[in-house]
Amino acid sequence: MSQAREPGAAGSPSVTGRRPKGAGMTEAPIPKVLVTKIGFDGHDRGSRIVAAALRDAGMEVIYTPPWQEIAAVVKLATEEDVDVIGISSLATDHLIVPKLMDALREAGLADTAVIVGGIVPDEDEQMLLDAGVARVFHPGSPLAAITEYVRDITPAIRARRATPTDIAGERR
Amino acid sequence: MNKPIDGALLTPGDPHALWQQEYAAQIGTDRAVVNRSGIPVKPLYTQSDWPAGAPADTALGMPGQPPYTRGIYATMHRGRTWTQRQLTGLGTPEEYNARLLDVLAQGATAVSLIPCNSVFRGVDMDESHIELLGTCGTVVNTAAHMDRALQGVDLAQTSCAMNDPSPFTLLAFMLAAAKKRGTDWRQVSGTSNQSDYLSHYVANHMFFRIALPGARRILGDHIEFCNRHVPKWNPMSVVGQHMQQAGATPAEAMAFTLSSAIQNAEDCIARGMDPDQFLPRFTFFFDISISFFEEVAKFRAARRIWARVTRERLGAKDPRAWRFKFHAQTSGVDLTRQQPLNNIARVTVQAMAGILGGLQSLHTDAYDEALSCPSEFGARIAVATQNILREEAHLTDVIDPLGGSFYVETLTDQMQLEIERVMAIVEDAGGMFKAVQGGLVQRMIGESARRFQSKVDSGEQTVVGVNAYPVEEDRSARPINARPDRAAMQAHLDAFRAYKAARSAADVQRALDQLARAAGDTRDNIFGRVVEAAEAGCTHGEICATLRRELGFGHVQAIV
Repeated sequence: MSQAREPGAAGSPSVTGRRPKGAGMTEAPIPKVLVTKIGFDGHDRGSRIVAAALRDAGMEVIYTPPWQEIAAVVKLATEEDVDVIGISSLATDHLIVPKLMDALREAGLADTAVIVGGIVPDEDEQMLLDAGVARVFHPGSPLAAITEYVRDITPAIRARRATPTDIAGERR
Repeated sequence: MNKPIDGALLTPGDPHALWQQEYAAQIGTDRAVVNRSGIPVKPLYTQSDWPAGAPADTALGMPGQPPYTRGIYATMHRGRTWTQRQLTGLGTPEEYNARLLDVLAQGATAVSLIPCNSVFRGVDMDESHIELLGTCGTVVNTAAHMDRALQGVDLAQTSCAMNDPSPFTLLAFMLAAAKKRGTDWRQVSGTSNQSDYLSHYVANHMFFRIALPGARRILGDHIEFCNRHVPKWNPMSVVGQHMQQAGATPAEAMAFTLSSAIQNAEDCIARGMDPDQFLPRFTFFFDISISFFEEVAKFRAARRIWARVTRERLGAKDPRAWRFKFHAQTSGVDLTRQQPLNNIARVTVQAMAGILGGLQSLHTDAYDEALSCPSEFGARIAVATQNILREEAHLTDVIDPLGGSFYVETLTDQMQLEIERVMAIVEDAGGMFKAVQGGLVQRMIGESARRFQSKVDSGEQTVVGVNAYPVEEDRSARPINARPDRAAMQAHLDAFRAYKAARSAADVQRALDQLARAAGDTRDNIFGRVVEAAEAGCTHGEICATLRRELGFGHVQAIV
C-alpha cells in the first residue's frame, strides 16, 4: 500500500504513562500496551478513549493515530516491547487482523496478546479468536472491563516472555 | 370554547409560587438534570422564562424570514418534505449500479455514492488489502468506473451526492463521464458531501492525508471551479457530524461547524469571491443524538446564528446566502450492540428531533450498525422509519410545531449562548484553521467523549441493554452481515490492472505533470487539473499521490 512508501506514514506515536519508580519484580507488573488502528478507517473515538482509560489506570500506553501498516505495528511492538496490542476496528479493518497475527508470529512476538475492540460481527469474532486474538471487546464494554482484563493477563504474558533483561527489570 | 372555570376552583395567590411549593414538597431531594451540552434543565418552564430573559437579537421571525429560527422556507415540510437520502455504497461499480437502479425504480430521485475506505485513504485498489475492498463502499478508481456505477442514470436530471473529500476525484470522474455522454456540466447537480477538510482532520480522519494548507487550497479551488463551471453543484458541505460522533457535545459540535463555515467562507472572500454567489451553495451536515429537545434547540439556534453571521460578518445581501440548509444523520454512537432491535426506537426518536428541528435532508441509520455494516434488511427498516414519520405520524402538518414552547424557546436561547461561547474560544485561538492545527478542538472533543463515557460507565447516563435492563439474547435473530462478492472484486481488480497497462502512458504522465505544476502555482486551479487528469485516464490513487507529493503529507495528531 502506498502508506508504507510515504515517509513517516506511521505518524508520531505518543507514549503516555510511566512505569513508577521502584516497581519491583514481586509486585504486579505494570502492563505496557500499544493502542492502534490498522487498515483504512480513521474513526478514533474508541481508541483514544481506551488509551486514556488504560493510562489513567496506571499502565504504560503507546498510542498511534489510525491507518498503521501491519509492518509498522510489528516494528513498534518490537521496539517498545509491549505486552498487549489493542486494535480498534469500526469499519471492517478487523478482517486483516489475521495478517497482523501472522506477522507478529514471524517476528517472534507470538506471546504478545492482541485484543480487538469495536464493531466485529458475530461470525467474524470466532474467525479472530481462531487466528489467535485473545479477546474481542464489543460496543458497550465498560472501560473497567478492558483495563481489568489487560491487568489480569499481563503476569502470564510476562512469564512467557521472560528474558534475562526482563528479570533485571530494565527493558529499555 | 370551554366554559369559564368556576372562580371558586381557582387557587388563591400566585399560581407559580404555589406550584413551586407543591413541587418542592412532593419531589423531596430534586436531582440535578443537565443536558449533554452542560445546560442545567429545570423541571418546568413558564412565561417567566421567555421571552423576557431572551437575548435581544433572538427574535423568532416567520418561517422563511430571518433569523429563520422557525425554518428557512415559508412552507417547510408542509410544502415539501425532506429529501430521503440514504447512503449507498458497496462492492464493485456494477454491484452498486444494480442496487442504485433498484432504489431509483422504487421512487428515489437522488443518488448517493459512498466510496470504499481505500478511496478515502487516497489509494487505488491495486495498492490495497483485497479483504477490505468494497466492504464499506464502492471501489471507484477511474472515470470509467464512475461511468459504470452511474449507468442508466441521467446526470442532467438526477441529483448526485457523493462522499468525496479532497481532492474531489469522484466529482472529477463524474464530470468526465458527463462530458463523454454529452451532458452539459451546467445541468449537473448534487453535493460534495463532507468536503470540509477541517472536520475530517479533527474527527473521523477519512480525508486524504494531504497536509492542512494544501487541503485548504484545494477546497477553495474546488468551490471556485464549481461556482463557475458546475453552478448547480454544492461544493461546500460543512460537517458537524464527525465531531459530534467523536464525542463533542451537541453545542460544541455546532460551534465548531459554524466556526469551520466562517473559516471556509472567509477563505473564499480572501480569494475575491462574492459571498452572495458562493454562500447559497454552502450546505451543512449534522449528527442527531437521542437528546431530543437539545437537538431541536441546537438546529433552531444554529439557523439564527448563521443568519446573523452571513449578513453581519460575511456581508451577504442575498437572502439565499443566509439560509442554513442542512442534511442530518441519526447518531450511530447512541446505537447499541446489545438488544439491537431497540435501535429502531432510538433512530425514530433521533429522526423526529431532526425533523422537528427543520432539516432539509435525512439519513436514518440501520438498527444493525453497531453489529456490522448495515444489512439490506436493516437498511429497509431505516427507510420505512422515514416513511412512517413522514406519512403516518402527522409530523409535517405544522411548521416548527415546537416553536413557542416555553422550554424549547428557552433552550434555544441557552443553546445559542453555549454555541457562541464555544465559537468565541475558537475565535480567540485565531479561527478554526489555527484551532485545529494546534489541536485545541481535538482535545476539547476528547475530553467531552471521556466525560460522556464515564457517565455511561457509572450508570449516571442510562443506556438500555448496556448498563440497564439486560436480557438474555437470541443471537440467531441477528442479521446476516453483507459482504461483497470476492470473485467479482478480484475480476474488478484484474480489469483495473489491465486498464492501467492499456492506457496511453504519455497522456497520463502529461496530466499528472500538469497537476503537479498547478499545485505549485496559486494562479492555477488544482481542481480544474484534477478534472483534466480524470479525463486523461488517470486513477484516483495517482491523482492523490501526486498532490500528496506536492502539497505534503497530512498526519493525524496523536492526542489522547
